[in-house]
Amino acid sequence: MTKLARDLLFPLIAVLAAFIVGGILILLIGDNPLVAYRLLLGSALSWPDGIGYTLFHATPLIFTGLAVLVGFRCGLFNIGAEGQLYIAAFATAWVGIVLANRSAWILVPLCFLAAILSGALWGAIPGVLKAKFGSHEVINTIMLNFIAVALVSYFTQYHYKVGGDPILQTSPIGQGAHIARLGKFIPGFPERIPLNLAFLLALLCCLLVYLFLWRTKWGYEIRATGSNPSAAEYGGISIRKQIVLAMAVSGALAGMVGINEVMGYRYRYYDGFSDNYGFTGIAVALLGRNHPVGVILAALLFAALQHGGIYVDGFSEHVTKDIVQVLQGIIILFVAAEAFFKWLLGGRFTMDRLKV
Amino acid sequence: MLELRQITKRFADVLANDHVDIVVKPGTIHAIVGENGAGKSTAMRIAYGFYTPDSGEIVVDGQVRQIKSPHDAIALGIGMVHQHFMLVETMTVAENIVLGAEPGTNLALDLKSAASQIRQLSEEFKLAVNPNEPIEHLSVGQQQRVELLKALYRHARLLILDEPTAVLTPLEVEEFFAILRRMREQGKTVIIITHKLSEVLAISDEVTVMRDGKVVGRVQTKETNAAELARLMVGREVLLRVEKSAPEIGRPELELRNLSVADINGAKRVNDVTFEVRSGEIVGIAGVEGNGQTELIEALAGLVNPERITGEIRFEGTNLNAMGARVRRELGIAHIPEDRHRRGLLLDFILAENSILGVHYRPPIVALAGGIFLDNDAIQRRADEIIQKFDVRPPNAALPARAFSGGNQQKLIIGREYRVNPKLLLVSQPTRGVDIGAIEFIHQQLVALRDAGCAILLVSAELEEVTSLSDRLLIIHEGRIAGEVDPKVATLEEIGLLMTRGH
Repeated sequence: MTKLARDLLFPLIAVLAAFIVGGILILLIGDNPLVAYRLLLGSALSWPDGIGYTLFHATPLIFTGLAVLVGFRCGLFNIGAEGQLYIAAFATAWVGIVLANRSAWILVPLCFLAAILSGALWGAIPGVLKAKFGSHEVINTIMLNFIAVALVSYFTQYHYKVGGDPILQTSPIGQGAHIARLGKFIPGFPERIPLNLAFLLALLCCLLVYLFLWRTKWGYEIRATGSNPSAAEYGGISIRKQIVLAMAVSGALAGMVGINEVMGYRYRYYDGFSDNYGFTGIAVALLGRNHPVGVILAALLFAALQHGGIYVDGFSEHVTKDIVQVLQGIIILFVAAEAFFKWLLGGRFTMDRLKV
Repeated sequence: MLELRQITKRFADVLANDHVDIVVKPGTIHAIVGENGAGKSTAMRIAYGFYTPDSGEIVVDGQVRQIKSPHDAIALGIGMVHQHFMLVETMTVAENIVLGAEPGTNLALDLKSAASQIRQLSEEFKLAVNPNEPIEHLSVGQQQRVELLKALYRHARLLILDEPTAVLTPLEVEEFFAILRRMREQGKTVIIITHKLSEVLAISDEVTVMRDGKVVGRVQTKETNAAELARLMVGREVLLRVEKSAPEIGRPELELRNLSVADINGAKRVNDVTFEVRSGEIVGIAGVEGNGQTELIEALAGLVNPERITGEIRFEGTNLNAMGARVRRELGIAHIPEDRHRRGLLLDFILAENSILGVHYRPPIVALAGGIFLDNDAIQRRADEIIQKFDVRPPNAALPARAFSGGNQQKLIIGREYRVNPKLLLVSQPTRGVDIGAIEFIHQQLVALRDAGCAILLVSAELEEVTSLSDRLLIIHEGRIAGEVDPKVATLEEIGLLMTRGH
């Protein structure tokens, strides 16, 4: 078995175990777990809506999962993906509104750049703070989340809202900034499903992140810094530069959620659009073992759960869509308790296993 | 007192102990020697109950015993002190000693009776400690005494000590030997696991030599010598003394003038040091650890904040003070760090990726000049070159660095630094934790590099090593150069005095 396959085996076990525990909980509240699970997951696999919506929900999770992954590989905890994606989504919409009359050839690249650069900037801020002052990125990214959300809300409410519209959203972006829905290219797949080209962009980013981290010298330096900063420094690597670079790349990836949301789905900035994508991205990165392939799989799982939650809520007696959060939480706990799990599955515990 | 008969233990596909027979007579100090991986620690861990043997028996005081856990071993009077101490830093000496065997009831811990028992043992064995001192305030030598007391408190009659002198200064080693002799006088039996032949010859009564999981020799210490022990350990003749010709000295590569390096609190760790290292020579720095060697080497390598450095460092005439580690490497300065795990390796990365640390950002490792992609073929080629030339085992560059023994890790680091053909090599503790066979090889390589014209600055706490390798020998004491001696003629006393007294 290749190393990658072996690395992903454990999260798979964690997921299965979580489903078993979840099943017990469902039993306890009076429903049939098999029925509930069939509703939960089955709905994610239906064509075209199930698969379409699942892949659509997975798109932002892939972006934020990749964002957190890049941070982790440098030894940094980017808890700020949520703020980064909000800033980026707004910036994307802003460019799309201000240059609304331009053609797609100009507008699409500029909006892409807006998403990527604004996300990178919002990510670089805590990076610089850590590099220069040593202040912890966990605290700074969390605080910047609040600032981002408030800033963006403010601008939407007081400057970019459509007059008279009670909904907190901006005016629409220009037609040139729209990116195509996949329904346009796939026969039998309706265009009402918001799955769009951003999904393909997300997959492309997985490949690019892989190449960046494992095939370029920059990626080597980032990973070395995350693995052992003392040795990286000894090898002539500038730790400060790596921190800022990793946080900027991380922010840029989170920012691409804006492309999916604004250019491919709502065609405007809709305040509060994020269903905790930034934080779920942390879970996705963890479950995916901080590897792009794992991130895709984990994002698909979490997206399927999210989509299925609505069905379970509607169609079963006692189970509500909170079961999705419960399952997600148990999965995270099991992934975190890896050592315990290995012991449980490793057979009889003898002193021999103590590597003293 | 203790006999291991035909002990066999296998871990997955490694036969750690192969029908091992060890006999330890009561009231003796018995040394078990062997290279890393020879199986000596495994055998002793079986005796202490950490592992159970696949076959064979353990005989204690003439009776066959089942030792399934350390509890059983302790009940039989066997105690063990590990290389890495198992002490709770924030608790006191007394608390640590009684941990797990607390006197008093479950509700009322009776530390007073513990303290008095400890004092008694302390006097009996001359192990001076203050029972109420927290561990974190103690020196390493004192901590070791606490570990010994832990075993004695549990009525150990046989003490197994794993690499006991690895962390001690030369002075502490002498004190430690005195403690061992006292224990022997009091009727205790001691087993020391070690690879330091000079100490084996100084303190033990009998020696068991292990190699590749088997016992290959059993001798009375009086009747053997270092060469014979080394030959048994390695399986061939080992040169214990480095052979080198007279140096061919060129111009100064490194010049230090009034160099001072302060630590984070502003205290001077290197104090007004002036000397030079010329091409084709090895300048050694001897000294008890903690006298500024670490700070000196790190400052020369560019790993210290320039704000903490005063004075001049010149390399081939250029002032290095403002230059970072990368620039210094590019100028031709290589560095073999004293802490290979912290500084020298990315333990979670594979060996191949470690072999390019320091040159990873430019051709030939980077595919095109100015490019960003790594050339995997070039990386593999470099790794294979180093593995082959320096006999790194197992010869598999795809394994994580963590999987290699200390000696092989060190060989990789040395190979990596050599491969850049440095003009100046800074090397610190090159053979710490390295097997005797590899030590010989590393020494030969250092001399070869010096003969090729490299200037080498060697820091080592092993007096034998630094005196035999150096062409000139400086002694460092409290950050200053206490003196310079000719290593060919200086006596160990002379050097020792300079090391401990500073003049």
